[in-house]
Amino acid sequence: MNQFEKLTIKSTIQHLKCKDFSCKELTEYFIKKISDNRKLNCFITETPDHALEMALNSDKKIDNNEIRAMEGIPIAMKDLFCTKNVKTTAASKILENFIPFYESTVSKKLWDSGSVMLGKSNLDEFAMGSANTTSFFGNVINPIKGKNNSDLVPGGSSGGSAAAVAAGLCLGATGSDTGGSIRQPASFCGIVGMKPTYGRCSRFGMVAFASSLDQAGTLTKNVDDSAIMLQTICGYDEKDSTSSKMDVPKFSEYEKLSLKGKKIGIPKEYLVDGLNSEIKKSWENFSEEFKKIGVEIIDISLPHTKYSLPTYYIIAPAEASANLARYDGVRYGYRHQNVDNLDDLYEISRSKGFGDEVKRRIMIGTYVLSAGYYDAYYIKALKVRRLILDDFIKAFKKCDLILTPTTPNVSFLIGEKQDDPLEMYLNDVLTVPASLAGLPAISVPAGKNKDGLPFGLQIISSHFNEALVFKAAKFIEDTNK
Amino acid sequence: MSIDNSIVKKISKLSKLKIKSDSEDKMAEELNNILNWVESLQEVNTEKVEPLLSVLNEKMPLRDDKVVMDDNQVDILNNAPEKKSGFFVVPKVVE
Repeated sequence: MNQFEKLTIKSTIQHLKCKDFSCKELTEYFIKKISDNRKLNCFITETPDHALEMALNSDKKIDNNEIRAMEGIPIAMKDLFCTKNVKTTAASKILENFIPFYESTVSKKLWDSGSVMLGKSNLDEFAMGSANTTSFFGNVINPIKGKNNSDLVPGGSSGGSAAAVAAGLCLGATGSDTGGSIRQPASFCGIVGMKPTYGRCSRFGMVAFASSLDQAGTLTKNVDDSAIMLQTICGYDEKDSTSSKMDVPKFSEYEKLSLKGKKIGIPKEYLVDGLNSEIKKSWENFSEEFKKIGVEIIDISLPHTKYSLPTYYIIAPAEASANLARYDGVRYGYRHQNVDNLDDLYEISRSKGFGDEVKRRIMIGTYVLSAGYYDAYYIKALKVRRLILDDFIKAFKKCDLILTPTTPNVSFLIGEKQDDPLEMYLNDVLTVPASLAGLPAISVPAGKNKDGLPFGLQIISSHFNEALVFKAAKFIEDTNK
Repeated sequence: MSIDNSIVKKISKLSKLKIKSDSEDKMAEELNNILNWVESLQEVNTEKVEPLLSVLNEKMPLRDDKVVMDDNQVDILNNAPEKKSGFFVVPKVVE
């Protein structure tokens, strides 16, 4: 086995400090591994030259003993984060040739802390999807195979990031989560996916989908790496007025917290129809494991849970329809040639530039915001959103954390669930509520089904309580070993 | 059916999307399925509930009222599909 195969972010930092190998050697290994695994389609753009340049710079920093938090760590950047002078597509034809002249805050923070960019990872178009099947650049393939070696979806929308981490093509990856786009692919690929509190990370330079929900986060091999990587991307940014001014604690110190005497709530509403029996069993088992270390497990109710998906599928498309109005074929992006009036320019450029799912959501969003329907749909959904948040606020008066499955089922075949958009939407039934409430939530691997397909459990806390989420996730990780 | 082809036409016009006439039926059906599904929200009593626009419980900061000059016209125009003399180009709008 190659010496680099088992590396984590945490162990690599130590090895680089001890000069067991150089960043350049490590980066060359990943560059080769990425090119050997192109069939997985994890990357839209590979950036080997950038990577080597950054690696050499990290080697210099290490020589000079100026080691930063993520020095020399090769990562994948979801192609939703604008990267200066590197193509940023959001997996859409409409941005196929878009080259930003600025850097997103999240990616800037990662480069400033020494991370090495291996490439821009694939996703669902504009992060709209749960299987990575809506990407203009083709489906990502889950490195974990199904029965008879069949190809499975990696989940979505951060499918390229999740598959790249699971396949060992990078040590960590960024993701963005609007309704489950970090947690669901993490569950399908058997890795850790963390969505922090809404406002923890700046949205500046992250291609907008639904601004009141979009939140950056991390996909990593384990919980410790998640804490290290999340640390680097959090913090207030004057370029995003919705980024939070709350202090960011040192997440890696979560180990000092104790779970003894803490209360974990089990919401009965998450026992949804069609919940996979092996996932259900694992959920019950881990409740018992938590009891053994002195955690009190209590039943809680989040009564508006069943309205979360309908609420989400009004609010997210409404915000998307407004955000995606900027793609006009004039200032950047795809432009249809040979049209003689402005309306045709807009309409044909947008119709040819956007894929079907994106168009569907723009249409729904425009409808629910249009005169006569605004109050009945959009305002109604905003009111129910408050009730969903209130459910959580009440629950967190009784418990410290909430434990649920991440997804109702394991990954599925590529091509499945394509005929009915609603069937695809149901993938997110257990992740959307925390998104609507802006709560931090992690998916941590909890086991595999009889066919060897992984699934995760989700831990949710009150706002800005990520450290406790890490602590409980680490317990599941250690118990699952 | 609450959405028919005439509403599909109207919404596509507002969205600046061209829906081919042979795709209107399919779009109407898909939109109706989604709308029927979100209809369940109507059963929730929201009489005294305020709409929740943002979960962020912090005051929006005011920035200093000072001019910041960005001299990046060339950078911005680099991504323009069509440009001329420092401007974006669109089809003729005035006869």
